[in-house]
Amino acid sequence: MNIPVSAATLRSDAAASTGLALSVDRVALRFGGIHALRDVSFSAAPGQITAIIGPNGAGKTSVFNTISGFYRPSSGTIRLGDQDINSIPVHARAGMGLARTFQNIALFRGLSVLENIKLGGHHTMKAGVLSAVTYSRAAREEELRLRDEVERRVIDFLEIDHIRHLPVDALSYGLQKRVELARALAMQPRVLMLDEPVAGMNREETEDMARFILDVQEEWGVTVLLVEHDMGMVMDISSHVVVLNFGEVIASGTPAHVRQHPQVIEAYLGAESVGAA
Amino acid sequence: MSELSIFLEYSLLGLLSGGVMALLALSFVLVYKGTGVINLAVGEIMMLGAYLYYAAVVSFGVNPWLAFAGSLAVIAVLAIVIERLVLRPLSGQSAVSVLMATIGLASIIHGGVEAVWGGDTYTPPGLLPRTPLMMGDILIPGAVLGNFLIAFVLILAFVAFFRYSRTGITLRATASDPVTAATLGINIHHAQRLTWALSGLVGTVAGVLIASSVGLSPLLSGTALAVLAAIVLGGLDSVLGAIVASLLVGLIEALAAGYLGGKTRDLVPYVVVLAVLVVRPYGIFGSRTIERL
Amino acid sequence: MRTGVFHENYRSAERLWDSPTARAWMAAFTVALFALPFWGSDYVLAIACIVGIHLVATMGLNLTTGNAGLISLSHAAFLGVGCYTVSWLARQGVPFFIALPAAGGLAAILGLIVGLPSLRVKGLYLAIATLAAHFILTFIFREWDSVTGGVPGTSIPRASLFGFQLVGDRHNFYLIFACVFLLGLAARNLARTHHGRAFVAVRDRDISAEILGVNLLRTKLMAFAIGAFYAGVAGGLLGYFYGNITPEYFVLTLAVFYLAAIIVGGLGTVLGSVLGAVFMTLVPEVLRLVAHASSQWFPGIAGLLLPMGQVVFGLLIIGFLILEPHGLAAIWSRARRYFHLWPFRT
Repeated sequence: MNIPVSAATLRSDAAASTGLALSVDRVALRFGGIHALRDVSFSAAPGQITAIIGPNGAGKTSVFNTISGFYRPSSGTIRLGDQDINSIPVHARAGMGLARTFQNIALFRGLSVLENIKLGGHHTMKAGVLSAVTYSRAAREEELRLRDEVERRVIDFLEIDHIRHLPVDALSYGLQKRVELARALAMQPRVLMLDEPVAGMNREETEDMARFILDVQEEWGVTVLLVEHDMGMVMDISSHVVVLNFGEVIASGTPAHVRQHPQVIEAYLGAESVGAA
Repeated sequence: MSELSIFLEYSLLGLLSGGVMALLALSFVLVYKGTGVINLAVGEIMMLGAYLYYAAVVSFGVNPWLAFAGSLAVIAVLAIVIERLVLRPLSGQSAVSVLMATIGLASIIHGGVEAVWGGDTYTPPGLLPRTPLMMGDILIPGAVLGNFLIAFVLILAFVAFFRYSRTGITLRATASDPVTAATLGINIHHAQRLTWALSGLVGTVAGVLIASSVGLSPLLSGTALAVLAAIVLGGLDSVLGAIVASLLVGLIEALAAGYLGGKTRDLVPYVVVLAVLVVRPYGIFGSRTIERL
Repeated sequence: MRTGVFHENYRSAERLWDSPTARAWMAAFTVALFALPFWGSDYVLAIACIVGIHLVATMGLNLTTGNAGLISLSHAAFLGVGCYTVSWLARQGVPFFIALPAAGGLAAILGLIVGLPSLRVKGLYLAIATLAAHFILTFIFREWDSVTGGVPGTSIPRASLFGFQLVGDRHNFYLIFACVFLLGLAARNLARTHHGRAFVAVRDRDISAEILGVNLLRTKLMAFAIGAFYAGVAGGLLGYFYGNITPEYFVLTLAVFYLAAIIVGGLGTVLGSVLGAVFMTLVPEVLRLVAHASSQWFPGIAGLLLPMGQVVFGLLIIGFLILEPHGLAAIWSRARRYFHLWPFRT
């Protein structure tokens, strides 16, 4: 059952998690002789939905992994807000408001749905080991606060309260994706990176997910960066689209602009189609 | 004997024994490269092969070379049985689980060997002539030299096998991508069984050789642990690295035993390993795997 | 059938025993356990003490390997560290409630050192590093005569508290089980806080965990240190119980024994540790009984006890990994579900 959260609470929450701008500036990524990314530049405006599209192997997930810090760019800068995050260790980027979901679901099988989501809030937890093993008042209050946050802001919001104690293995693919999103939201993100959030979903599930993403952007004010293949969804919800091919940005602009761009059409459909478009 | 001669003798002895250890390392790397399994029971399988050889020769009076062949055959079969009964059922599970299964396997074989043959040290008859080699002041026992030569030949044969023979290439294909190999018509179960059998064979050769020179007792499997340490040094998936590292460990062990006393011999490989891991976590030759997210 | 368990706030939902029935069972169990010296024979008492010691060590390994997925073959060596530390401190007159935590603390520091490679290496590399630590530490046990008494071993004075000596199994029983309860509670508390969740995350997908904000190095080191702490305390309790010890006790087989205990019992839970420790303690006892009973047909079978033990440990590990990878705890959970749902089936 969905207990509606008051609009006032949501609006004040949105003010608290204003999205940051994310800018990627001339980033290059090399693996030995392979140039995964060449001179990639784009920015995601704060509080807006920006999509990255491109054929398979274009380097979209590499962009995400570079922003996450899993890969070190061989050149270029990445800025969160106005801060260069290149030297910030991977795990610390969560604390700066960077959250993400993964292309192949990365839920922790040993934890229940609720525990997986709570893990999103890990970077906000301060209790030390001694506090934890004695479950001191400080530890307990922190845990209960986290649970309250997670249940109220995330679980109710994504309508997954009926499955929150289940092991993640027991969930359908669509629900697992939603739990991934929930976990990312529990990170109190200011920039949310979604890697193919509707991959493998049917129309109904896709529409649900699209609705949730729009809600996140509108009500929480989060900057959303989206990698996706589903063109319909991308064109519907994003305000800015960046197109990658072979590790390079070949076009960027509004969905309408990109849709007509000859190079984009060529990349997806082949050179002969350009004349036909 | 001059200082230099002493040093050279220790070094040479170390390198030669390292050569045989390289056989053991090969046994391990075979299974790892062939099936992705980290087989911590390598030492125990080797030890069992040596005991079977001993039992055949001493208890049943079989001719040593025949006994050798017999023990090779039995171990090959046992390796296949292990692959079928233990590894196959675990194929879906995490690497940690499989590792622990091989630890369990090691425990079973070790306990079994000790239960049947007890804890005493035996001297199995050697297969090779025992005439020592004299190089000026330096004395190299014939068995040590002979072991090294056999190991050397065998390793060369394996390297050639893997690089040039059809079966060798099949095994490598199965190792790097079993699914694709299967779609190409390679019988991956055969390939994996063969890999395990080969590993057992190589291990048995090493076991018989080592046991003939240092004696046969349940402690023999401990030598294998030192070799594992060497493999870590060399990098888990590099045959060349395993060989080089084994020679290195043999060398350092002999020098330590010679200069610092016998007790330190067992400790040396581990201290070296820890030191290397701190600096080069994937070993000297190992490749850093690029993980996909 | 489990009914009527409703939580009106998160606080009661997060409790360790969250229904009146569960609390009643736990209370009854606790009372029965603490009354054991009165209703159990001497043999049962001695076995219970040994189970308790193994349980503390098993809980520690279950945190490091079961929860955090870090293979540790150095657990036996950490027990040794704890035992020799307590031995030395007790001989200086230090009372047990300082000596035991100190033993745990020293083992924990060593655990930190051993765990340092764990950030950059995984799986086999880590296992080898812990193996190396095992051999180095046991070498020290044999050679550092002045502290450890070397190969012949050393004695441990009885645990004492302001002159009151804990002599005999009965006193040791209470000391051991006080530690079991405290450390068991600590483990369960850890599991319901963010540290416990981080352990499991690191085990299941450490790279993703890092991107989600988990500091891998700190978490892995914590897992090693805490596990080693438990082993150190267990070693100390061992010393107080047996009164003397030699380095021969802390062999690799002991590390394998604890590994078997967590696999058989169930990775990652205190219940798994309990079931595993009890089961594994009983195995050598059963073997001993079997050997004794069949000694008339097989004289000299007593000599086979140790090696047969090794065979059985190995069979248990492999058997459970293939047939019931989640251990006895999974079987226990299924049984509980059955009773919770009874008379319904699903």
